[in-house]
Amino acid sequence: MAAIAERLTSIWEETPGLASWLTTVDHKRIGKRYIATAFVFFVLAGLEAMVIRVQLARPDQALVSPDAYNQLFTMHGITMIFLFATPILSGFGNFFVPLMIGARDMAFPRLNAFGYWVFLFAGLFMSFSLIIGKAPTDGWFNYVPFALTHYSPGLNIDFYGLGIIFIGISSTTGAINFIVTIFKMRAPGMSINRMPLFVWAVLSTAFAIVFALPSLTVANVLLELDRKAGFHFYDVSHGGDPILWQHLFWIFGHPDVYIIVLPALGMVSTILPVFSRRPIVAYPYVALSTVAVGIVGFGVWVHHMFATGLPQLSMTFFSAASMMVVIPSGIQMFAWVITIIKGRPVYTVPFLFIIGFIVTFLIGGLTGPMFAAVPFDQQITDSYFVVAHFHYVLFGGAVFPIFGALYYWLPKMTGRLMNERLGKLSFWLIFIGFQVTFFPMHIMGLLGMPRRIYTYQAGLGWDVWNMISSIGSFILAAGVLAFIVDYFFSVRRGRPAGDNPWAADTLEWAISSPPPAYNFESIPHVRSREPLWEQPGLPEEIRRGTAGPVLDEGHATVATSVLDADTEEILEMPGESSWPVVTALGMLVVFSALLVSHLALAAVGLLIMAWGIAGWLWNTGDVTTL
Amino acid sequence: MALEYRGRYDAMSSSFAPTATTAPDARTRESGWWGMLLFITTEATIFGVLFATYFYLRFKNMPVWPPDGIKQPTLGLPLLMSAFLLTSSIPMHIAELGVKKGKQTWLKAGLAVSFLLGVGFLVIMLGFEYPEKLKEFTPQTDVYGSLFFLITGLHGTHVLVGLAMNAWAQVKAARGRFDQAHHLTMLNVAAYWHFVDVIWIFVFLTLYFSPRF
Amino acid sequence: MRHLRARVWFLITVAFLLPACSSASPSALRPRGPAAQRIDGLWWFMFWIALGVFCVVIGMLLFGMLRRRKPDSVERGSGETAVVLLGIVAPVIILVTLFVVSIHDLNALSAPAKTNALTVNVIGHDWWWEVRYPQQHVVTANEIHIPTGKPVLLHLSTGDVIHSFWVPQLSEKTDMIPGKINRMLIQADHPGVYRGQCAEFCGLEHARMSFLVIAEAPAQFDAWTAAESQPLAATTGAAARGEKVFLHSTCVSCHAIQGTSASATDGPDLTHFGSRRTIAANTLPNTRGNLAAWIEDPQGIKPGADMPPAVLEPSQLQALLTFVEGLK
Repeated sequence: MAAIAERLTSIWEETPGLASWLTTVDHKRIGKRYIATAFVFFVLAGLEAMVIRVQLARPDQALVSPDAYNQLFTMHGITMIFLFATPILSGFGNFFVPLMIGARDMAFPRLNAFGYWVFLFAGLFMSFSLIIGKAPTDGWFNYVPFALTHYSPGLNIDFYGLGIIFIGISSTTGAINFIVTIFKMRAPGMSINRMPLFVWAVLSTAFAIVFALPSLTVANVLLELDRKAGFHFYDVSHGGDPILWQHLFWIFGHPDVYIIVLPALGMVSTILPVFSRRPIVAYPYVALSTVAVGIVGFGVWVHHMFATGLPQLSMTFFSAASMMVVIPSGIQMFAWVITIIKGRPVYTVPFLFIIGFIVTFLIGGLTGPMFAAVPFDQQITDSYFVVAHFHYVLFGGAVFPIFGALYYWLPKMTGRLMNERLGKLSFWLIFIGFQVTFFPMHIMGLLGMPRRIYTYQAGLGWDVWNMISSIGSFILAAGVLAFIVDYFFSVRRGRPAGDNPWAADTLEWAISSPPPAYNFESIPHVRSREPLWEQPGLPEEIRRGTAGPVLDEGHATVATSVLDADTEEILEMPGESSWPVVTALGMLVVFSALLVSHLALAAVGLLIMAWGIAGWLWNTGDVTTL
Repeated sequence: MALEYRGRYDAMSSSFAPTATTAPDARTRESGWWGMLLFITTEATIFGVLFATYFYLRFKNMPVWPPDGIKQPTLGLPLLMSAFLLTSSIPMHIAELGVKKGKQTWLKAGLAVSFLLGVGFLVIMLGFEYPEKLKEFTPQTDVYGSLFFLITGLHGTHVLVGLAMNAWAQVKAARGRFDQAHHLTMLNVAAYWHFVDVIWIFVFLTLYFSPRF
Repeated sequence: MRHLRARVWFLITVAFLLPACSSASPSALRPRGPAAQRIDGLWWFMFWIALGVFCVVIGMLLFGMLRRRKPDSVERGSGETAVVLLGIVAPVIILVTLFVVSIHDLNALSAPAKTNALTVNVIGHDWWWEVRYPQQHVVTANEIHIPTGKPVLLHLSTGDVIHSFWVPQLSEKTDMIPGKINRMLIQADHPGVYRGQCAEFCGLEHARMSFLVIAEAPAQFDAWTAAESQPLAATTGAAARGEKVFLHSTCVSCHAIQGTSASATDGPDLTHFGSRRTIAANTLPNTRGNLAAWIEDPQGIKPGADMPPAVLEPSQLQALLTFVEGLK
């Protein structure tokens, strides 16, 4: 037993030191990095929001200039969407998908490392704009013609256009990696109908990224060609069309809501049954609705454009589609609630965040179909009601589950339990703070307050609600602070977590906390949907090396078939490499050069990239995977 | 806090019987192949979005397309380009069959011929087709010029990348790094090249053929 | 229970009606025209449905959290039927109902205008509203006068980026998009002043791009158009001095006054500026003091606006103010 662990450690453990920090391909280290980096961006974007709330607390304030305000609300949106929500969920996926499916790494470990570096560099690239006071000023939606050179001459919008293309590379490689990992790396016996629901959700999300992101990339390529090279895609005077941007943007933008919410819903479907002490009700319906949301989400983008003067027939069609997309979420909502009813709930901190999620996401889900009702949408779109709605959906639907997931999974990642008292304090502050901040925004919107205004006149009935909302934001911030304190306290002083502190059912809880470099001593053979509940002896078998193949003669894991997870072959996995970070650095040079229109420098960047890719592929690609 | 699991799930096991481990069969696909397939899917979506953009802007500018007195595109050179590019898929396929059957000559010759045909395509495009078009309009002339040069240029870049991959495979082949069991690079180079060819059919139909209707 | 219900009612009333009592609030829930009225009805219809669904789900959740469980109770049923009924069947019924109601409202709202309807062209600019009455030959800015009880057809367009025309108390909003003229009907049933504001982000001063719709009895409206279509009459005294200051300053490079040589169209037409209620797209009340502040330091009031500060002697400024105030 100890001998197996020793042999596997010598194969899988990476060399310590700074070099290894740059060359690691361990999905757990990369996952932690994604989560930590994304959380820093969350705090930054939260601070931006605090400035916004202070500015709007009272009418006619001039805490920040209009230009600074526009930079702040733009960066708040971009950072939350592209640098926090998507990557942190990617981080959880990185850390836990291989563990939940019984694999030793992602399908393409080096591509995984590359994805992180690109995310980090693209995040720094975009955030740098705020430091030099040249952040984008046209919101995350970046409508043209305001975003064209004539109205936005500086580099501000170029940080957006190039930064979004840049970070899209990270999301795309990540999505491809998740799909192949989930298709090919599941432990023998984990047929597709036994996958944990979080894995289902990551799979749907990855497909949504593959099909949605190209639209955003194209939109921004056209934008940058218009801005930097004098093309005319959006220029009315030369046959272009500003509405083209809106179509391309929202064909990505609406599915992106699901790209953010789906993995979070998958977390809920994974965590909630653990604390209800029973398997989830209606698993096949929940799994299929995860897929359905991913698909139907592509048919609803036009409801963001109901006020642009579209033909009535097209509005009717998209109104119907937008209402349809509610149904898969409804299925999941009732599956969760009925699971709680039929279970024996245990009120731990992660479960509190899940209940907070249900309440908040429910409200967001109830105001959602209102926007599918065309006349109401035309009245209320671009008002604060929308701000309220999408914060209920995105904060409710993603941030509450993310905090739940942090409390649930951090013990596995760090080996130490979080503090329950601080956790409960954090939950109540975040829950109450959230409702106080965002519920009044429904009312402000109905009272006619438009979005994206840096100030407002007194006496329009908006003053009280803005003040309440601003106070709420401080309560919310205190809750996040309590979490941060809890984390730093627990990571040093917390009680040891043990392998399975929550008595959970999925495979990541079969191994020690934190998991060893090789994950599983032997790759388990999975016989059910809740392996640790139905195969109670499994952790012991894994440890003794009798659960399945040990593979202690090389850097190897098992590949299985897509649907039934029958063993197909033993895969030799690549080890540490410096090529991913070199390639990503080359890209950073290319994008920075394009930003300042320095073509020679861009060529140098391309050469660095080519060098990185060549070095990367020379010894791999035929013998092992990327 | 440590929790204990108190459920009774023996009676509630999943309704699916455990699957037996079977031997790998011919349909087994390597992870790298799946990776390439998904990469191609992303790229195909990018082209799909660009074609949609083309028709969106065209129908917005109805009835005159191309606008601003630009002539209907002629088909002579593009047909010649098509001949070069589409035939180049045949030697590429031969190379792929060669590596699978262990025939190194097929592999090397196939790659080389495919490479030359691809270079021929680029030479006609950059040496004859583009100069002729640039005499008439540029990307900065109007939205038609912007669309024409973006879409053909992006496709040309893909041909260039495909050629770089081909060269890479030739180097690996020359050093004898492919055999019947190990040739994922070759499979992926071939898949990408066929993709670039298929996309050209759509580029041709959209940019050269569709304005006639 | 009744006590609780009364309290819930009280809270809802407070939440929605208290601010609505403030008469200046451009609340969509205080409709003053047929379109806004219809949307208001649709909102309350959806609100009650949403509240009902909310209560059902939260009730189930509370039941699940609070119910007592016997230690060895045997589980009955898989729960899948309940998920299908509550998660698919019920939402489909509700959504189909909502779809039918909302499409019915949409059809009512997009009924075509009568051909003889009063037409007003509204053109969005960074950051003000140009308002033209082609049939009456009236040009004004940031103020739209309409007769009560009649549908008015708006032709909405833009001089630069995308703006959105929104008067919550009268009707839905419509975007103003380059290369496009969007049409929309508004109607006010009662005389009054209704606040409108740009609803699509348009740059630095998006927040200060507001306007007023002034609904008047048809006779008053006709009198207004008759007065507004007149060019400037001859000026005397201080006003005449002010006119000279105006015509020899940078003002004329952007502003027009009909009946004088000033005819630029980059900024608002000032022919009847004195009759307007506000300055700088409803940013300040139109008083002599505010006007002086605006002319001397527009960037302090509305940073980023196209208006440059004017450098004038105090006596010149006073004459100019008298002249501009007198443009009734």
